[in-house]
Amino acid sequence: MDAAIRIENLTKTFGRTRALDGLDLEVAVGEVHGLLGPNGAGKSTTIRVLLGLQRADSGVARLLGGDPWRDVESLHRRLAYVPGEVMLWPNLSGGEVIDLLGRLRGGLDPKRRADLLDRFDLDPTKKSRAYSKGNRQKVALVAALSSDVELLLLDEPTAGLDPLMDAVFRESIHDFRDRGRTILLASHILSEVEALADRVSIIRDGKTVDVGSLQEMRHLARVSISADIPGGADAIAKTKGVRDFRAQGGRVEFGVDPADLSGALAALAKAGATSLTSHPPTLEEIFLRHYSDQAAGGRPKAAVAP
Amino acid sequence: MSSLAGTRALVRLALRRDRVIVPVFLGVVVLMVASGASATIALYPDAASRSQAVELINSAASTLAMYGPIHDASSIGALSIFKLGIMGVLAVAVFAARIVVRHTRAEEETGRLELLGAAVVGRRAPLTAAVIVAAGASVVAGLLSAAGLIGTGLPGPGSVLFGAGMAAVGILGAAFGAVAAQVTMSARGAAGLATAAIAIAYLIRGVADASTDGALAWLSWGSPLGWWQQIRPYAGDRAWPLALIVGLAVVLLAGAYALATRRDFAGSLLADRAGRARGAWWLGSPLGLVWRLQRGSFAIWVGTFAVVGVLFGSLSGSVGDFLDNPGARELFEKLGGVGRLTDVFLSVEMAFVGIAAAVFGLQSALRARSEETSLRAEPTLATATTRVRWLGAYIAAALVGTVVLLLVVGVTAGLTSAGAVDTPHQFWRVVAAALIQAPAVFVAIGIGVAGFGVAGRLSVAGWAALAAFVILGEFGRLLGLPQWLIDLSPFTHTPRLPGVALSWTPVAWLAGIAVVLLGVGLARFRSRDVG
Repeated sequence: MDAAIRIENLTKTFGRTRALDGLDLEVAVGEVHGLLGPNGAGKSTTIRVLLGLQRADSGVARLLGGDPWRDVESLHRRLAYVPGEVMLWPNLSGGEVIDLLGRLRGGLDPKRRADLLDRFDLDPTKKSRAYSKGNRQKVALVAALSSDVELLLLDEPTAGLDPLMDAVFRESIHDFRDRGRTILLASHILSEVEALADRVSIIRDGKTVDVGSLQEMRHLARVSISADIPGGADAIAKTKGVRDFRAQGGRVEFGVDPADLSGALAALAKAGATSLTSHPPTLEEIFLRHYSDQAAGGRPKAAVAP
Repeated sequence: MSSLAGTRALVRLALRRDRVIVPVFLGVVVLMVASGASATIALYPDAASRSQAVELINSAASTLAMYGPIHDASSIGALSIFKLGIMGVLAVAVFAARIVVRHTRAEEETGRLELLGAAVVGRRAPLTAAVIVAAGASVVAGLLSAAGLIGTGLPGPGSVLFGAGMAAVGILGAAFGAVAAQVTMSARGAAGLATAAIAIAYLIRGVADASTDGALAWLSWGSPLGWWQQIRPYAGDRAWPLALIVGLAVVLLAGAYALATRRDFAGSLLADRAGRARGAWWLGSPLGLVWRLQRGSFAIWVGTFAVVGVLFGSLSGSVGDFLDNPGARELFEKLGGVGRLTDVFLSVEMAFVGIAAAVFGLQSALRARSEETSLRAEPTLATATTRVRWLGAYIAAALVGTVVLLLVVGVTAGLTSAGAVDTPHQFWRVVAAALIQAPAVFVAIGIGVAGFGVAGRLSVAGWAALAAFVILGEFGRLLGLPQWLIDLSPFTHTPRLPGVALSWTPVAWLAGIAVVLLGVGLARFRSRDVG
């Protein structure tokens, strides 16, 4: 089966800013794919190209087997989009906006609409200008999730939601995925991506720097270890594969590449470790590893305008 | 924290944001007033030609309704400001009102003011800063106008009083804007309300000035623009009406402050009612959305055009066909019409209606631009809506809306005019005179749409072109501009019905140009980035 989204070597410049610089992205049908990167990395531009709102300068972008720039009408019947910054028509009620967007997409399921309004605890009779940021986001989410579509494109969809509604959101995403549908979730909220995404693409300065399941990424990243040892720690520091070594009092902390883990454990045993904790790298650590050189001499990058 | 804390910083912010528009606007107004005056002086070199012109102006309902009477037949100053004076003053008032709304309600609506409100900004500071900027711009406009008029050789006291009058009406416009910004929730609504208040003041004095034998002259006291006319620069030089105008502005500003300090942030006097839980059946297409967004303001436009139509139609009966001598003919040609005076009156008023319809049409079509900048176009275009259908809906609304408005004016003016004048088929002649404005209006809309299609920020080309057309058409001859330049305005080519035979050639040309412009806009919009 064809991938839901396939992007190869995509570039896009705005004046002198290079928003996308050879980006690759592949999203399989039926997966929740996290698109991870800080502000200005190119997440929104990628989604706008996929929506046919902006035209890439070069590279390939395929969406549900079609061309996102040419096949706008047929493709957009099969997808729904929730922008990060949801702006609504101030004098339309939330219910009117949901129906409008749903009908423009080709119809919505009234039962699911009612159910989602209930779950998100949203009053559809309020005029949009009276909604808070979170409530505007709920309107867009209800409109997107009540349509029967194959693909959801979400651009930081939970920035304004409170923790309670965040849980409702995650539940709805799981429901949607369980029906065999595909989701592209662009976010910089690591915990959200960690909780929802099957696979993750990390992008930086418009380029894909890492891709894979969280599990795969963990295999490549260092394991963090801290231990209490009575004696000298020098031997451990010199063990192959140990990085970022710190010793204070009787406590040592370091990271170690997965391949060299057994050697490090042996050195710890030899030093007579009395306690030991190890944890696999978090997404945050993986993320920071890709971005750590940015602070230290990496080329500074201005935020990319939409 | 003082309720005025931060005012100085907000004034600076407003000046920074308006650093282009304010100087450009001041320059245009001052240039028009001064060059109009110097052109008039050149046009009427001797006392005899002046008094004949004044006699004509004071006896024609069309000029009285639009510009008011001239109080001293021997004063070249009074004659030279009669046309551009009131238009300049009106422009300053509307501009000042919009500046105030732009820096108060518009900022509140977008949430930017909230950002500032969290900093050290007093409760009264935003309104105070906006009023300072708008009133300041009005005073500068008045000072420069006075200097310009003195520069053309007109007497000092009259020039200074004219400038003071302009400043006073500008401050009043700012006060209208300040009240409107408290009363409605949306910036668009507030700007419309303030503009409507100024337009009503203008219309009231128009009815008073044009009424037969001054039967309704007392109505003029109900309009601040009527007070402004009582200043009579160069024809009596009275200062006391200034106090009336500024007094009203102070009262309105006090009211605005009272409202501003009592209401909540983002609240208003006219509270929102609950909306519908479900969208109406027709709210499911781009056209449905455009109708839903514009039906409220469209109803106001229809009502205004109906009132204007009734007004013009009934005034057409009081024009009469006297004074039909070569001198009169020459003057009316300068004012933009030929033929019998009733027909001249109607054709002049319909040209005015055409400009107003173009303002509606551009505003309506260029909603597409505000949809784009406010990020609302994005979710709409992410649905199965093609760009052509989306932009096409805004174009269709603008074109159909324009025709409906012209029809409304044609029918209302036709009915009332047919009752007042016994020309055969007067109703249909007036309806045709109204509808014939449409092609030129479509060209103006087309320029705006073509600009929007090429690049969103070029949408402003539509407004720039319309402003240029008004200046060329209304004041081109008076300013002594070359004919080829005046001919650039599509409105110049509109047949001047009902007094002349209908020529289809210019109509077809205008319609063809409009179609090309709209086509370019649609085609270019398909191939550019959105957002």
